[in-house]
Amino acid sequence: MAGKKKRKGGKTIVNLVLGVICFIWLLPTLGLFISSFRPAADILQTGWWKVFPHQEWTQGETLQLSKDTDLRQPIEVNGQTYTDDQLKAGVEVDDSRLMWENRRARTINMQEQGWKTTPDLTMDNYSNVLSGKEYKLTEADGSETMQKGTGLSQAFWNTLTIAVPATVIPVLIASFAAYAFAWLRFPGRKTLFVIIIAMLVIPIQVALIPVLKDYTSLGLNGSYLGIWLAHTAFGLPLVTYFMYNFISQLPKDLFESAFIDGASHFTIFSRLILPLSVPALASIGIFQFLWVWNDYLVSLIFIGNQPSVQVMSMKIADLVGSRGNDWHLLTSAAFISMLMPLAIFFLLQKYFVRGLMGGSVKG
Amino acid sequence: MDAQMKQKSSDPGAQVKQTISIKAVLLSLGILLANIVINGLIFVFFRDSTLNPLLTAVLAVLWGVLGVYLIYYTLTWAVEQYPDHIRRKVLPYIFIGPAVIILGWLLVLPALRTLYLSFFNASSEKFVGLSNYAAIFSDHLMATALRNNLLWVFIGTLACVCFGLLIAILADRSSYEKIAKSIIFMPMAISFVAAGVIWKFVYYYQPGDEQIGLLNAIVTYFGGEPQAWTSMLQPWNNFFLIIILIWMQTGFAMVIFSAAIKGVPDDILEAARVDGAGEVKIFFGIMIPFISATILTVTTTIIVFTLKIFDVVMVMTGGQYDTEVVATQFYRQFFMYRNFGYGSTLAIVLLIAVLPVILINLRQFRKQGGF
Repeated sequence: MAGKKKRKGGKTIVNLVLGVICFIWLLPTLGLFISSFRPAADILQTGWWKVFPHQEWTQGETLQLSKDTDLRQPIEVNGQTYTDDQLKAGVEVDDSRLMWENRRARTINMQEQGWKTTPDLTMDNYSNVLSGKEYKLTEADGSETMQKGTGLSQAFWNTLTIAVPATVIPVLIASFAAYAFAWLRFPGRKTLFVIIIAMLVIPIQVALIPVLKDYTSLGLNGSYLGIWLAHTAFGLPLVTYFMYNFISQLPKDLFESAFIDGASHFTIFSRLILPLSVPALASIGIFQFLWVWNDYLVSLIFIGNQPSVQVMSMKIADLVGSRGNDWHLLTSAAFISMLMPLAIFFLLQKYFVRGLMGGSVKG
Repeated sequence: MDAQMKQKSSDPGAQVKQTISIKAVLLSLGILLANIVINGLIFVFFRDSTLNPLLTAVLAVLWGVLGVYLIYYTLTWAVEQYPDHIRRKVLPYIFIGPAVIILGWLLVLPALRTLYLSFFNASSEKFVGLSNYAAIFSDHLMATALRNNLLWVFIGTLACVCFGLLIAILADRSSYEKIAKSIIFMPMAISFVAAGVIWKFVYYYQPGDEQIGLLNAIVTYFGGEPQAWTSMLQPWNNFFLIIILIWMQTGFAMVIFSAAIKGVPDDILEAARVDGAGEVKIFFGIMIPFISATILTVTTTIIVFTLKIFDVVMVMTGGQYDTEVVATQFYRQFFMYRNFGYGSTLAIVLLIAVLPVILINLRQFRKQGGF
């Protein structure tokens, strides 16, 4: 196959360049992941990379200068002279660094370099962001405040409640339709299918205002049913098209022999087509599920600010707006929302990629 | 297969026309009515349901699978009470019915209604002709949104395609192709909101010496001044948002290019090498022409995707600091200013922007044989 004639010398460079790219790609997620386990105060004080062993200046011996040292003149320390600015920034001498410890009291610290890690890791962020209860938080300056939990676990279940039916319903409806488009002949078949293809890339924004008006008059706003139906409609063109491509490729003999046995279309569909379509159903089902799981716009419009139905993406977006500096909450919340997609990605990669390829055109 | 059957049955004398029994009509009407009533009740139940969400979900899945399945089952059964020639005519509409009703109600008709609304004023009461469309180019906010969307489409798509191609080729020649592709592809799985948080953390700026945001830490390490990347620095802040899109979508381009590259026949490449062509020349002279159709597909897909970009901007800046795009402006006009005229117009502008892609899709479909 491909790759028989790779050159030895070039390969090392290729591996190296690709390694660097992969490292850059991974770095942002890694930062989020590590930070989500760090205590709230630590996140704001030091960068997340400080959890790895690194060289750092640590406090050492204190030197006392004479109290009447003039800071505007060169300052003599251990036989060398330095300026005030140098000592403010720190000056390296041999293996140590001279820096003001207390400029007014005229004390200088001889800092020493050493390996250091800040491996303080905790699960607190996760329990705080998941629960809705109050908890105590130590701030960066050491003081303690009470904060209310984010209640993300509720949002997690809401998301699941929305995502599962919003996957099952369109996939089933679309499969029936795809079967009819592929194997039945009826007037209007072509027109209807052309409309479905046209709907593939349509931006859902064109539907939002009128649908919201209908929902308001039907009382569907902020209800599970409303959002299931919305996701069903917005997902249908793609799922139908995807299933049509699969079902229309099935061998014709299959149907003929079933027909001779006297089976009806309904029986053929449920006994023959559905079992045969499992790989396609899995691919497009995963795509639709992740689409709904990751969705923000549709929930934002049709759920609005009803906290009891809010999904995770809305909750996190709210957090970004209201608690933008509380990185202990943001990082863990974001990671919780990524758990499901990442699990599916790593466990069902084959179906996942196939579904994504077929579904990439979705509006 | 169906067509064959039709032929058979239209043979003169092959089949005596059966009469429609009254019983069948009553039965099917009853079943239709029962379906409407029962599902209407379920509709009301779910709408007003105050049950535990998880329980609601379980019931919904049951309804989604069993209920929807039962609709098809009972209606098909009813149709089977009729003679063959009627059954064959009605059955397809039962199969496509639910899909057509939902699509019509929630997608096709709304699109037409939005088009209609775009010719009316903010409260949809007064006909204003094309003045909403004119406003898009004169109103400062909306003009900015349009400019930014163009930036997103051009830079975002170009970068995704180039990086995707580069990484696909590197991965093809490396010794750890699978892992590398997984790493690059991974961001596609997560939501834009989560990606927004990830990158907000990378770009984070705080006054003082210690920077906890990766980018500012790197900048200060090399002696630069830390910056508030996404808010100040206009219009360059848009680029920092576009980087997020590149980070997420390059994986998509890469996976498709990777498959296409593997399809380039080995003997052509070998022949070129024997003739003394360098790797660069092979890349531009053989690879690129060979996968040009794939490049076109990937490019249009990413363009369509980028046109509708919303979540990233909403989470990162909320559209402030001149980072507004059409979709966020749509949301703002619609929800905050309650201006249905402008909102609808912006939605139609998005639609017009993807119109060429719709036409390409349709032509493609016809070329592939269509029906």
